Amino acid sequence: MDNKNLCEAQEVVIRFSGDSGDGMQLTGTLFSDTSALMGNGISTFPDYPAEIRAPQGTVAGVSGFQVHFGARKIDNPGDYCDVLVAMNPAALKANRKWLKKGATVIIDGDSLTEEHVKRAGFETLDPIAELGLEEYNVVIPDITTMTRNALAQTGLDNKSIVKCKNMFALGICFYLFNRPEDHAKSYLQSKFAKKNPAIAEANALAIDAGYNYAANTHQFANTYTVAPAPLEKGTYRTINGNVATAWGFCAASEKSGRPLFCGSYPITPATVILEELAKRKDLGVKTVQAEDEIAGICTAIGAAFAGDLAVTTTSGPGLSLKSEALGLAVMAELPLVVVDVQRGGPSTGLPTKTEQSDLMQALYGRNGECPAAVVAASSPSDCFHYAFTAAKIAMEHMTPVILLSDGFIANGSEAWRIPSMSEYPAIVPPVAESAPEGGFMPYARDEKLARSWAFPGKEGLEHRIGGLEKHALRGCISHDPDNHSRMVRMRAAKVAKIAEYIPRQEVFGDIEGELLVVGWGGTRGHLRSAVEKLRSEGKSVSHTQFNYINPLPTNTAEIFGRFRRIAVCELNEGQFAAYLRQQFPQFVFEQIDKCEGQPFTTAELCDKLNALLK
Amino acid sequence: MTQYNYTPADFKSDQEVRWCPGCGDHAILNAVQRALPEVADALDIPRRKFTFVSGIGCSSRFIYYMKTFGFHTIHGRANAVATGVKVANPDLSVWVATGDGDSLAIGGNHFIHAIRRNVDLNVILFNNEIYGLTKGQYSPTSKLGKITKTSPYGTVEKPFNPGELVIGAKGTFFARSVDMEVMLTKECLVEGAKHKGFSVTEVLQNCVIFNDKTHALFAGDKATRAEHTITLRHGQKMLFGKDNTKGLVLENMKLKVVTVGEDGYTIDDILTHDAREQDTTLHTMLAAMKYPECPVALGVIRSVAEPTVYDRAVEEQVGQVKAASKIRCVDDLLHSGETWTIE
Repeated sequence: MDNKNLCEAQEVVIRFSGDSGDGMQLTGTLFSDTSALMGNGISTFPDYPAEIRAPQGTVAGVSGFQVHFGARKIDNPGDYCDVLVAMNPAALKANRKWLKKGATVIIDGDSLTEEHVKRAGFETLDPIAELGLEEYNVVIPDITTMTRNALAQTGLDNKSIVKCKNMFALGICFYLFNRPEDHAKSYLQSKFAKKNPAIAEANALAIDAGYNYAANTHQFANTYTVAPAPLEKGTYRTINGNVATAWGFCAASEKSGRPLFCGSYPITPATVILEELAKRKDLGVKTVQAEDEIAGICTAIGAAFAGDLAVTTTSGPGLSLKSEALGLAVMAELPLVVVDVQRGGPSTGLPTKTEQSDLMQALYGRNGECPAAVVAASSPSDCFHYAFTAAKIAMEHMTPVILLSDGFIANGSEAWRIPSMSEYPAIVPPVAESAPEGGFMPYARDEKLARSWAFPGKEGLEHRIGGLEKHALRGCISHDPDNHSRMVRMRAAKVAKIAEYIPRQEVFGDIEGELLVVGWGGTRGHLRSAVEKLRSEGKSVSHTQFNYINPLPTNTAEIFGRFRRIAVCELNEGQFAAYLRQQFPQFVFEQIDKCEGQPFTTAELCDKLNALLK
Repeated sequence: MTQYNYTPADFKSDQEVRWCPGCGDHAILNAVQRALPEVADALDIPRRKFTFVSGIGCSSRFIYYMKTFGFHTIHGRANAVATGVKVANPDLSVWVATGDGDSLAIGGNHFIHAIRRNVDLNVILFNNEIYGLTKGQYSPTSKLGKITKTSPYGTVEKPFNPGELVIGAKGTFFARSVDMEVMLTKECLVEGAKHKGFSVTEVLQNCVIFNDKTHALFAGDKATRAEHTITLRHGQKMLFGKDNTKGLVLENMKLKVVTVGEDGYTIDDILTHDAREQDTTLHTMLAAMKYPECPVALGVIRSVAEPTVYDRAVEEQVGQVKAASKIRCVDDLLHSGETWTIE
């Protein structure tokens, strides 16, 4: 180390930003993984455009990756950044609003040309002044030039060399926050080992060059250390929500003994679940990349009929296409998990942005009286738990379950204490093995009101089911009015009964008081941080986050009754609030809604909750 | 090989058959119930492994009448659901009962992709050139100009010929029969079941209520069929007619009907049917033959071996990856890649 000041920081937010081809997602991931390996709590948020290579140098084409790391468990990726790395003026402009007062801004000096500045839409040729960054610690290294010089001897062509500039920026950040380089280097080594080892070497050199530049320049007065977080004992890894979802299904397959089948069609931001499951042939997973969303769910329904744990994965527009088939699964009473990684809607909407606006569709978006269980995950790592739980409910209660995730938790990652499969409960589906005396009744029910799962191949269990109304016992077609009414109520009662098998709803903070902050799904981290902040200021605020949406936990009304006011916070125009009003007309639900394709910020939540408390 | 000695009665369910009296579907049901005992013995398949999947339409009620596992799904999706069944459990013998509306209109996409993947399904395509269950609207196989409730002045859209569609999508098996030819239908279905890959048996079926006699001009009775259809059999000369004297020759890249012994044509000039030829050209021409210019081709028109059968290939790939992988359980998976420990 040199003679600079070494300071200790509790938590830091860095935002890496550049053109969508600049490799910002990789840069951010390498930084956050390194921090996680050092024992920090981490949470990340990739924020990228829908286009693969949007017009270069424009604000629309800016891709960002925010890393929040700290000496404690980190609940969310942070609102505002302490350090902004901007690879061009457009990135600077797009992210100006996310700067903490006095933040460090690192911008590639080589990008501050008239052409780039104009393309980013600045009115003057001095973006720093135009954005009012005089009070900020702005550092303008010529990242492209220095990368070029550092790699001059590699023999690579200019284009390949310039592509390494993101690693130069990473090197600067490694120096500033005293991070080791070895994880990033070994990752690059394995990534390019087969394709082009020279590229791995060049990237490693660029990291060194960035690191050495930062050490030698006088523009960084301080460097920082962030102590490891006092996390629970155990073995940890980083994980993002989509991979966690895929792995949760693998776990449910192992625990139930039913092979895992996934029929899906690629759609942003859900595709990674299908990609991950396609890799998991090592665990016996079968995947079908179907010809469309409908075939995705229909192949899954076929696999469920044949005895597999069947899942299909999608996002909002795909859920629309799957609606009819979902009704078939409700009618046939087959286990099925439909994952909806929600994005901005309606229609194609905002494919890469997050939202919670598919709730009503998940609850009600089908013809007829068509109840399905709905479960929502609330952080990248707990996608594992809720995927497992959704599959458990589906199989044990013989019903389709919609698992709601969202773009924010699906792409975000965090440190996760790896559970042991021995900690997870058994899954015992009601599989029929042989026909009872008097013949097999496909729609006879157990204590959960679940019918038995009798798949083809089992002697004496030959039976016919389908989408026409079923006779309440025999499962054959019935047009009888009384039977229909009975079956409509039976299907609803079966889903309602799940409430007896799920955990009670918990409250963070006091169990009674002035204000209860209610959230569901992926907003948990931001809501928790906001409530913690208000509580630290002595306010009577508690938080409850719902993961079981249909049915709701049995103690829900009891909790609501203990607070004077209830604020439902969600990333839509009040869908969960409307649902709660329908379920619990005795309470008043106030709303804090946001529908911008962005997660909440802790700061805006605090402002709005404070306004309610006044 | 187990001999099951099933009879057609072993495949009859307790459900009352509710198709209209005189509907061609009765004959198809009869043919299928005769075919399955043969399939069971030929391929060593016990009844518990037969699974029928259908979509929506008159044809799709089929599954209720079979004493097998059955799944009556939603309109157009039978091929997709059946793909899931077969991939999940390739040991099952999976059959699809579907119609011209179900598989060629609303389910057209699933139909061609199931063909492309060569999933080992046996499709029975009931082609009555009409929507029956919705009471008489034109279908994608209705003849141009057909007057129906939704085309009171005649259709202005050309029909699909299912055979051309299947072979055009590089289908590996296509056969055609007529509802009244129960034994021929049975023969085609048994061959389709033996075929490893996607098989389509189109059955020209009469809808007595909404499209009566649509196939009658060439298939109305035995004598008409003898003159206006040709039953193709692999390795045999393409001969037809009451006395088997008419035959097909290929001239100027076109099929032509000739009479043996007339205009200088001898039996040696007549084409010999090769259902196993990979090239689709002649099979397409045979499937496309139309009355009155040509006889309508029946029998197994195309049956070619294709090494990649989807459901088996998925299973094999899983087996290979499993054998080579260090990850053997979910605990292994969770600990794969970079981890760190907090003491």
